[in-house]
Amino acid sequence: MKTEVLVPNLPESVADATLITWHKQVGEPVQRDENLVDLETDKVVLEVPAPDNGVLEKVLQQNGATVTSGDLLAVINIDKSATPSEDTIDQATEESPAQALSPAVRRLILEHELDSNKIPASGKAGRLTKNDVLDYIKTDVTVSEQATPEPIVTTKTPPPNVVTPGPAPTPATSDSRPEQRVPMTRLRARVAERLIQAQQNSAMLTTFNEVNLKKVIELRRDYKDSFVKKHQVKLGFMSFFIKASIEALKRFPLINASVDQRDIIYHGYYDIGIAVASERGLVVPIIRDADQLDFAGMEKQIAEFGVKAQAGRLSYEDLSGGTFTITNGGVFGSMLSTPILNPPQSAILGMHSIQQRPWVENNDVVVRPIMYLALSYDHQIIDGKEAVQFLVAIKESLEEPSRLLLNI
Amino acid sequence: MKKSPKHYDVIVIGAGPAGYVAAIRCAQLGLKTACIDHWTGKDKQHSMGGTFLNAGCIPALTLLESAKLYRTITEQSAIHGIRVSKAELDIAEMIQHKDEVLRSLSDHIAQLFDSNQIDCIFGTAQLMDAKIVQVHPIEKSSKAYLLECDNVILATGSSSVDIDAARIDGDKIVESYTAMNFSSVPKRLGIIGAGVIGLEHASIWARLGSKVTLFDAQNDFLGFVDDQIVDEALKIYSKQGLDIRFRARVTATKKTPKSVRIEYEDPDSSHQLSVDKLIVAVGRKPNSENLASAEANLLLDENGFVHVDEQCMTNLPGVFAIGDLVQGPMLAHKGAEEGILAAEVISGKERSLHYSVIPNVIYTEPAIAWVGQTEQHLRSTGEPIKIGIFPFSANACALSTGKSIGMVKIISQKYSDQILGVHIINPCASELIAEAVLAMEFSASTEDLARTVHAHPSLSKALHEAAMAIDNRALHIPPSETH
Repeated sequence: MKTEVLVPNLPESVADATLITWHKQVGEPVQRDENLVDLETDKVVLEVPAPDNGVLEKVLQQNGATVTSGDLLAVINIDKSATPSEDTIDQATEESPAQALSPAVRRLILEHELDSNKIPASGKAGRLTKNDVLDYIKTDVTVSEQATPEPIVTTKTPPPNVVTPGPAPTPATSDSRPEQRVPMTRLRARVAERLIQAQQNSAMLTTFNEVNLKKVIELRRDYKDSFVKKHQVKLGFMSFFIKASIEALKRFPLINASVDQRDIIYHGYYDIGIAVASERGLVVPIIRDADQLDFAGMEKQIAEFGVKAQAGRLSYEDLSGGTFTITNGGVFGSMLSTPILNPPQSAILGMHSIQQRPWVENNDVVVRPIMYLALSYDHQIIDGKEAVQFLVAIKESLEEPSRLLLNI
Repeated sequence: MKKSPKHYDVIVIGAGPAGYVAAIRCAQLGLKTACIDHWTGKDKQHSMGGTFLNAGCIPALTLLESAKLYRTITEQSAIHGIRVSKAELDIAEMIQHKDEVLRSLSDHIAQLFDSNQIDCIFGTAQLMDAKIVQVHPIEKSSKAYLLECDNVILATGSSSVDIDAARIDGDKIVESYTAMNFSSVPKRLGIIGAGVIGLEHASIWARLGSKVTLFDAQNDFLGFVDDQIVDEALKIYSKQGLDIRFRARVTATKKTPKSVRIEYEDPDSSHQLSVDKLIVAVGRKPNSENLASAEANLLLDENGFVHVDEQCMTNLPGVFAIGDLVQGPMLAHKGAEEGILAAEVISGKERSLHYSVIPNVIYTEPAIAWVGQTEQHLRSTGEPIKIGIFPFSANACALSTGKSIGMVKIISQKYSDQILGVHIINPCASELIAEAVLAMEFSASTEDLARTVHAHPSLSKALHEAAMAIDNRALHIPPSETH
């Protein structure tokens, strides 16, 4: 009995997806729920699981193909053991056809350091043809233009970028100065391209300030238990920063705007992106209408995003849009950095590590928990004065949290 | 004993290359099989193998071999330092040799039928309905009788098309069979039709000393062969003394006691030519007339071919038709593959044929063989292609063995490098093409061919080098500037 594997329903706003890579080849046995193929949309990589145990009989879309909801991806023969019956003419022999590589295929695989198991085969009995490999090479290198960027915070220890495993690197040479040439993974290459674009399409500058977080820390310390008791979620720092940012954004709406060619688009809402580390790298889920949420609401969203990110389960909607981004390199130990913009946004706030530092209060030198803040902004629409004042507003709200209460 | 109609699982009508292969395959699959065939040999005995064996490829190949030998001895032995004072030709013996070859091959098929327990019936047959076949034994004294079966495979082949302007009389105006049995070498031989069959006849008799003139009414000489190969072939044929009149339509023939006067027209004007014998080889039509009784309702198309689906089944369930009886290239191996298909479908297997990778051969000297698409066809579809050509004059083995005539031409898709067509003109073309067919079956690229080791010296090295020539990196010809 044969069963069809279809492209799952894509999120509403997504027209199509790109087939990144097949994890199974024609003729290979598959298990129920085993991941067959990765489909990539703007933001997320969707996995398509096998509906049942069987043998993958036909692959109808190749790497790099554009597919939409409901498209036929593959056909699986259910309940067939790995050894096909004698009836089929094109049957695998003891040596799987996948291993029987033709000379041209062998040459290409050697030259490009490919894994033949990852390349969809269209040849007789599941064999790879030269064209299959050429197509695979082409689409593996092509960068998807629809992807949004993922801001790379320059920290001392970059987050682990565990994405679709790339090709095996060349073995180290036998001399004492070995080198490894590893082509970029698809995701990496995409991110790289978008980052360069971000820099080229904006006049990016960074302004810095420092904030004394004593009062915030005290607030947290005093109320953390009752907060958890009431709201079932911990009171972190992020909610303070989001609140402070929003109040500042209200005062400086230009920071919340985007550039579109020669137009400035002022957004009448506050969708704040929070950069979080995940298995696949840095992702930026969006807290929508963050101005409508209270501290607990924000903390809950952040916690939820954290869990989803770790599980690779952030949806397309979670990652789309955003008017302003906050990134926190402090969790990795960054003292100070220049975050990169998240296009089409015009500004991004960077948080860093909190250090006890000498501070002057009332002409005395005291020790206070200090965090350096960085605001990178697009000078095309935001002038230095605004950027600085914006950052000062955030600093002031954080140093005196009661201002958030009183809206001053 | 009560005579009820004998029952078979399968009855095959026709023991040509399609029919006898179908019968053997049926027997291999455990089906009780009978095969009815009516070809009577010269010795009045049943001769199996149909047109293929009796009047087509096999006698042509045999006679061509004799003719080549004659030519080699009379013209080419001198360069080897072998002097032959006078080589005489005894056509009767040559024909007898050919007949002996046919007889032994026919006997071989008969033995195969025997060992496979296939009942071979010498007679004609007619399909009465899907499960009943009426047999008319050749033996005139025997009465017609009925046979019952579960399945029928129709394989009655084709016959030469007759034209009004030159009606076949079996004496001066003849078709293939008679042309394979001339008692002497015609001094002047006319052939109407410069297609595959006409050229094969021309090759034989020109070598034996005939002055051969071919008349072809079509605008396109060998239109289905790659143009570049055709050009090469024409040059070679002209050197051999073949006179091909293109766009020449024979309008009438007049017989005299000793000759045939041909009247023909070409775009310029009308002409006349007298010949001693005239072969009509304008085409072949399927032998579907009287194949089935009217009540059987066997569906034929407007050209007389039996209508079949992609499993060779006719409109009558359980009745299959194969070979020249159905549409498609009239090739022995195509019919044989269909015979195997039908047998396997009857025994319950799922099968399908794909016709794109079937070799074609014209048994002239040198032979022409090809598989896949021609350059002119690919260009007309706009497919981007690359071409690699290697002449046998640069092949060591060809030079050593006197086979340095012709070339290999490979066409591949420009980007994927997949082999789309291979064309060979050379005395050994019919053998060399097999490698190309295999490569195309596996969707191979020219690089695959180029990276496969070929024995050196060998003629197959020419394919190897042609594959390299695709990327202008053949070793034994200078690099091409126009690449």
